[in-house]
Amino acid sequence: MSTLEIDRVRKTYGNLEVLKEVSISIGTGDFLVLLGPSGCGKSTLLSMIAGLENISDGEVRIAGKVVNELSPKDRDIAMVFQSYALYPTMTVRQNIEFGMKIRGVPPAQRDKAARSAADLLQITHLLDRKPSQLSGGQRQRVAMGRAIVRQPKLFLFDEPLSNLDAKLRVDMRTEIKRLHARLGTTIVYVTHDQIEAMTLATRVAVMKGGVVQQLDDPQTVYDRPGNVYVAKFVGSPSMNIIPGRIEVEGTTATAIVDVANRPAARIPGIGLSSQAASTYANRKVLIGIRPELFSVGNGQAQGAISVDVDVVEPTGPDTLAVFQLGGVEVTARLPPKQVNARSSATLAVDTSKVVLFDQDSEELIN
Amino acid sequence: MNAAKSFSSRLAGWLPRIVVAPSLLIVIVTVYLFILWTGVISFTSSKFVPVYDFAGLEQFIRLWATPRWHTAVANLFIFSALFLMLSTGIGLLMAILLDQNIRAEGFLRAVYLYPMALSFIVTGTAWKWIMNPGLGIQKVVNELGWTSFTFDWITDPKMAIYTVVIAGVWQSSGFAMAIFLAGLRGIDNSVIKAAQIEGASLPLIYRQIIIPMLRPAMLSVIVLLSYIAIKSFDLVLALTNGGPGSATELPSTFMFSATFRRNQMGVGAASAIMMLMTVAAIIIPYLYSELRERNNG
Amino acid sequence: MANALSQQKPTVESISRQNRIRIGRLFIYGPLAVMAVLYLMPLWVMVVTSLKPLDEIYGGSFIGLPQTVTLDAWRSAWSQACIGTECTGLRPYFVNSLLMVIPAVVLSTGIGAINGYILTKWRFPGANFVFGLLLFGCFLPYQAILIPMARTLGLLGLAGSIPGLVFVHVAYGICFTTLFFRNYFVSLPDELTKAAMVDGAGFFRIFWSVILPTSIPIIVVSCIWQFTQIWNDFLFGVSFTSGGNSPITVALNNIVNVTTGRKQYNVDMAAAMIAAIPTLLVYIVAGRYFVRGLTAGAVKG
Ligand SMILES: Nc1ncnc2c1ncn2[C@@H]1O[C@H](COP(=O)(O)OP(=O)(O)O)[C@@H](O)[C@H]1O
Ligand SMILES: [Mg+2]
Repeated sequence: MSTLEIDRVRKTYGNLEVLKEVSISIGTGDFLVLLGPSGCGKSTLLSMIAGLENISDGEVRIAGKVVNELSPKDRDIAMVFQSYALYPTMTVRQNIEFGMKIRGVPPAQRDKAARSAADLLQITHLLDRKPSQLSGGQRQRVAMGRAIVRQPKLFLFDEPLSNLDAKLRVDMRTEIKRLHARLGTTIVYVTHDQIEAMTLATRVAVMKGGVVQQLDDPQTVYDRPGNVYVAKFVGSPSMNIIPGRIEVEGTTATAIVDVANRPAARIPGIGLSSQAASTYANRKVLIGIRPELFSVGNGQAQGAISVDVDVVEPTGPDTLAVFQLGGVEVTARLPPKQVNARSSATLAVDTSKVVLFDQDSEELIN
Repeated sequence: MNAAKSFSSRLAGWLPRIVVAPSLLIVIVTVYLFILWTGVISFTSSKFVPVYDFAGLEQFIRLWATPRWHTAVANLFIFSALFLMLSTGIGLLMAILLDQNIRAEGFLRAVYLYPMALSFIVTGTAWKWIMNPGLGIQKVVNELGWTSFTFDWITDPKMAIYTVVIAGVWQSSGFAMAIFLAGLRGIDNSVIKAAQIEGASLPLIYRQIIIPMLRPAMLSVIVLLSYIAIKSFDLVLALTNGGPGSATELPSTFMFSATFRRNQMGVGAASAIMMLMTVAAIIIPYLYSELRERNNG
Repeated sequence: MANALSQQKPTVESISRQNRIRIGRLFIYGPLAVMAVLYLMPLWVMVVTSLKPLDEIYGGSFIGLPQTVTLDAWRSAWSQACIGTECTGLRPYFVNSLLMVIPAVVLSTGIGAINGYILTKWRFPGANFVFGLLLFGCFLPYQAILIPMARTLGLLGLAGSIPGLVFVHVAYGICFTTLFFRNYFVSLPDELTKAAMVDGAGFFRIFWSVILPTSIPIIVVSCIWQFTQIWNDFLFGVSFTSGGNSPITVALNNIVNVTTGRKQYNVDMAAAMIAAIPTLLVYIVAGRYFVRGLTAGAVKG
């Protein structure tokens, strides 16, 4: 168990800069999720923490100790790979014991450790099978078993669930969360799946193009995304980003959005810092509204907006209504059967959670 | 301590290169340096042993003034062209027929391919016997009643090169079949189904869709068979020993006999360089495209 | 790698089922059967001729069954036939070929395996170039190196010897075996080596404990390919050895080309069979792997 500091780390392949000055720091027992689309450099960063890739520039410190020059085996880490990377010719038991064997752990102790890891993961009955005789979920457990027996300072997971089918993925997610709660080991976990990030993480680093966009706890990332990119990447359906204008009164803003064939909609009561209030008064901004902030309102309430609904998509628990607002397509998550396609509707907005972004930099306005 | 650590980790970093180095050294010497060496000899007046003077293009001029070399080059063209066409055609036909979900496919495949496991010397010995005009096919057919039938190509200077083609095709068409069959098995089923739904007939599907999709396999077959043709040596030696006279001489046998039998090392080296350039002209573009595709894919 | 041949994957079965009527099948089986007969004929001729007494050969048809079966020709080819002036039969040359082929196969396969491992799992700058250098060696027309190799073997004191031939076969065999192993290891996930590194295994440990155990099929392919190539080689044998050190192909060619006296075709055929049996056996026992070796470089996978 330990802290992890990634300090202005860069990675270049020849002229290609894959990671640009990444700095992330987490405490003991944290569960850090590196979240981003494919190709943004997550695996590269993880491999650098593991010692499988050279660090071009900057420092990685595990438990306060610089590990740049250490080989993987000396970093006191364990890693679970996307393809599980089980040794195909070894049995489950041999897979789990391989690392200990190399480190010269005596057989009796190896056996004990393998057994307790297998117990923890409920794979004791599989110990004598070969990886080819296991299902995807079982392989996943073996890969975790192989990591657990090391009792490392740091667990590294590279998209461990993305080869599983949807149902199993949810089950294993819960399992990993339980495991973290039980062992308390610091974890770095790579995924492109924002739901995994939200459910597992204590800290989320959203990445894009080799740059960390935001590092925060998951709820903050969701509620107050640092920029439009993060806002759109986290959450499904993603946050609506609507061009508009704000009028300011004290530290409260009213957003004004054009609606086709109707008077402009006014969304009052958005909180602002006094500095932002003076900077952005009467300026164009991007207004971020999560789909679930909409509700079906009545025409008299303040801040109610009237829209023409194009499409409704029932999902079961709710219905997604799609309409035009401020010249863009907007999705609202509403209770079932409240609005109809090709008809008008009056919606209210929970303005306490509406966020504003700068029109040019697309950064969050505080 | 820090220095020691970085030394051992640097050593670990170099280990793969250190381990691969001896192989690389052997190949650089025995392939590239030796080619260069042969090239050097081809510009000297070496006869029985190499002498390192400079004779300019003398050996190349002498080579191209040798009628035997002309025969060898002409034979190479005849042999390669026929060998390639027949092996490719027969191989493709057999692959397509074998791909019709037939019974005993494994057995037939094994039968077509076993000649590939034989030495060309064995093949040559067997076919020399079969095509022996006194005792072989000719005699059998004559005894069956067709008394005017003659099959004496192997002793006829005009026809002898075709016996080399026959034996070569027998040995290598199974190889073409194997590559084509692998290509056919790699074609996505749904493409064929789609064409079928459009109402295309089977011959049409083969002509218009499947055979064009075999292009990579076709390229491989042609390149590899050309290579086999150019280096054919043992087959000719065992079947006709280059004869009758020099009727079945090929560049490969020419090089060998010039160097080791006629003490014309310079001419031998010059002919080897000619062979090498021919192979390189075919192989290097092929390898280049293969490697590039592989990197992209 | 193209192991497609070994998998019975139906491709156009549905088409053939629909479009083909029984008569159509005749046009498929007919040519295939004719070809099969043509392909088997030389082997048949070799076997029956080798079992006939010489008189029957000069009297009867070369293709018919022997009236009297005798193993005399085999006996003679194995232990009596004259190669040059030595009438020892093929036996000592068979032994020469074994002494040549076994170390050459083991060495070239081992070296190819570790080269393939390095070129895929420990890639260094220029690794692709190194691979390209080796790859061209597969297509080298050996005439281009005969003279320098003969000189070099002389300088090394290996001229005309079996160790010299082993060296030659290993040197040029490395190109093929590296290609085989490289193409096989490319398809093994890199994460396997990474996992082993995290587990603390080093360069050789990963090769020995993780990579090699997964490579049995390609080891077999490489051994079979090398065995066939080296056993069947004639050019190196005839160029770099002489007299009693020759491999079997050279001895066979000598027997067959003897021009004195009445030609003993039955002995020729028995000798050819003896030279062919080891590779034919390998082919029969492990034909699947043989095909994979043949198509390894040719079809991408
Ligand atoms: N060995 C390499 N050489 C050159 N570029 C690489 C190499 N490895 C990864 N990359 C590039 O680095 C980027 C990040 O890769 P990766 O970390 O695997 O992304 P992620 O895991 O986020 O999908 C990609 O654009 C990839 O093409
Ligand atoms: Mg990745």
